[in-house]
Amino acid sequence: MKVTLKVFRFNAETDYLPHYDTIEMSIDPRDVVLDVLNRIKWEHDGSFTYRRSCRHGICGSCAVKVNGRSTLACKERMVDMIELFGNELTIEPVSKKRVIKDMVVDKADFWKKYETVKPWLEAKIDEHPTMENIIPPEEAEKLEESDYCIQCGCCYYACPVVEVNEEYLGPAAFEKAYRFTADVRDYAKKERLEIVDILGQGVWDCVKCYECAQACPKHIDPIGKITKLHNQIFEEGVAKSNVATRHAVGFKKSIEKHGILDEGHLVAYSEGIGVLKHVPEALEMFKKGKIVMPWNMPKSKNLDEIKKLVKISSTVKF
Amino acid sequence: MSKLRYALYTGCTARESTPELLKSTLAVAKKLDIELVLLDEASCCGASHLQDFDDFLSLVLNARNICYAEKHGLDMVTICNTCQLNTSMTKLRLDENPELKAKVNEKLEEVGLVYQGTSNVRHFLYALIEDYGLNNLRKKVVKPLSELNIAPFYGCHNIRPSELHHHFNRSKENPYNPTSLDELIEALEGNSVDYEHKNKCCGFHVDLQAPKTSNMLTGTAIADALDNNADVMVTPCPLCHLNLDVKQKAAMKTLGRDLPYPMPVLHLPQLIGLALGCTPEELGLKHHVTEVPV
Ligand code: SF4
Ligand code: SF4
Ligand code: FES
Repeated sequence: MKVTLKVFRFNAETDYLPHYDTIEMSIDPRDVVLDVLNRIKWEHDGSFTYRRSCRHGICGSCAVKVNGRSTLACKERMVDMIELFGNELTIEPVSKKRVIKDMVVDKADFWKKYETVKPWLEAKIDEHPTMENIIPPEEAEKLEESDYCIQCGCCYYACPVVEVNEEYLGPAAFEKAYRFTADVRDYAKKERLEIVDILGQGVWDCVKCYECAQACPKHIDPIGKITKLHNQIFEEGVAKSNVATRHAVGFKKSIEKHGILDEGHLVAYSEGIGVLKHVPEALEMFKKGKIVMPWNMPKSKNLDEIKKLVKISSTVKF
Repeated sequence: MSKLRYALYTGCTARESTPELLKSTLAVAKKLDIELVLLDEASCCGASHLQDFDDFLSLVLNARNICYAEKHGLDMVTICNTCQLNTSMTKLRLDENPELKAKVNEKLEEVGLVYQGTSNVRHFLYALIEDYGLNNLRKKVVKPLSELNIAPFYGCHNIRPSELHHHFNRSKENPYNPTSLDELIEALEGNSVDYEHKNKCCGFHVDLQAPKTSNMLTGTAIADALDNNADVMVTPCPLCHLNLDVKQKAAMKTLGRDLPYPMPVLHLPQLIGLALGCTPEELGLKHHVTEVPV
């Protein structure tokens, strides 16, 4: 089968701008992307540079992007890529702005953020155990496979918030934090939750785009873990009152009162005095009939049912 | 084709800050002879924020909304990507987990309801494509949009996570290269603009706590559409619409880009309605902060 590859090339030591090599190649559709990278190096240009080590989808070093999709080169079959995108494929590093050479990126920021959440177990371990330390299956299940993360960074480099906010810890660090906050043996749950509860760096800045869930080659669902961290922050009483936490709580209050949201009131409740900065915007919206006045606020039919359900089904206090 | 009937879950935004979305949806349904039964009993889906606070409560409330579609014996359609995400995610979790379903039903029974799992939940966009069909839609076009370069903005929660999307829709959208909106634009004889940010996030969900992030993402999408000569953007999500339309000036300012011309941002049914010959009034085109020249 014939494919046309556009391959990103850049050497930070010598090049001012990157360029793309166009290579036509006949491939065996059963090949994985890494086979193709090898052939580019062996048959096209020996200076072509990429990382790989295990060839079994467990070391995380071979992550690249194919047509914008983050992927482990050693795991992803060409036939699936062709089915998704056709036979014109663009191969790029996971992050163009961090490139050192061709597919190789500088992961320093990734590792620094990863360390922030203390990626190790904090537990009293018997140095001379007489028997295995057994965790019941239902406790192990709570990890929801978060211990399968191979730190490939696919989710991190796919995350749009990482691109625009340097402080933001990003999905891989959060998923790692959850790996320990969900572990019954860990003593540092609150400490970790406090680290991820900070505005700017923490879980409240996630835009909920699901790019990380889509990108993760191990199907770990980092955004799912982020939601769990949100839940734990409330459950453990770690949540500070700020615009993000009040925003979440405000939904319950609004639903209880009207069934549907009182959008204006929700903004005011979340922002507190900061709501004043929205006045110019609110005026523009008002002029266009985009603001409902409190006395016209619509309510759901059968509101009593909703009130009752909120009362009997709420599991969290704040 | 027998008459199509759906239970319409409007969500909150179409009843408040984007009244034009509800208006134009009803106008388009009327033109296409699709019957929409409004679920006035429904509550807010939690918009992915209630879920952060109280997951179980959000499951109960979303299940209750679906119960009302089931009572009518109809599939539910949504007109907001985030409503679609939260409703369909609830449905999938309950359908796959009998224990959880039983726990939720225990609460619902207290108000005389039972969640069964009989109604499908899809965004109006995919109901149109899958049930009405683009060929049938093409036949209804009276004002082709051939003069317009239209940039589709898909919005995250309709296309990601793809497992969820694929579970509920026959059109298996590729989240890295979605095509449904492009195909719909072509069916209306418009020119769909291909641009990198069409499947990216607008940042709406952090608008309050991280306005800079939100503005950067919105601004980048608008700038990308502008750079690819779009005359107008269209989105199936009212939350994306609020960012792209209401926050347009602020977003471009944060991005540090001047707008050579304001970019009108249409709701999906507004665009369809234009091609079907609905009037600007029927489509609520005067409700936009970034004016729509008609
Ligand atoms: S869902 Fe959140 S963490 Fe995941 S990619 Fe999007 S913004 Fe980043
Ligand atoms: S969560 Fe998935 S994508 Fe992210 S670093 Fe771990 S294995 Fe890679
Ligand atoms: S080479 Fe180790 S994950 Fe691909």
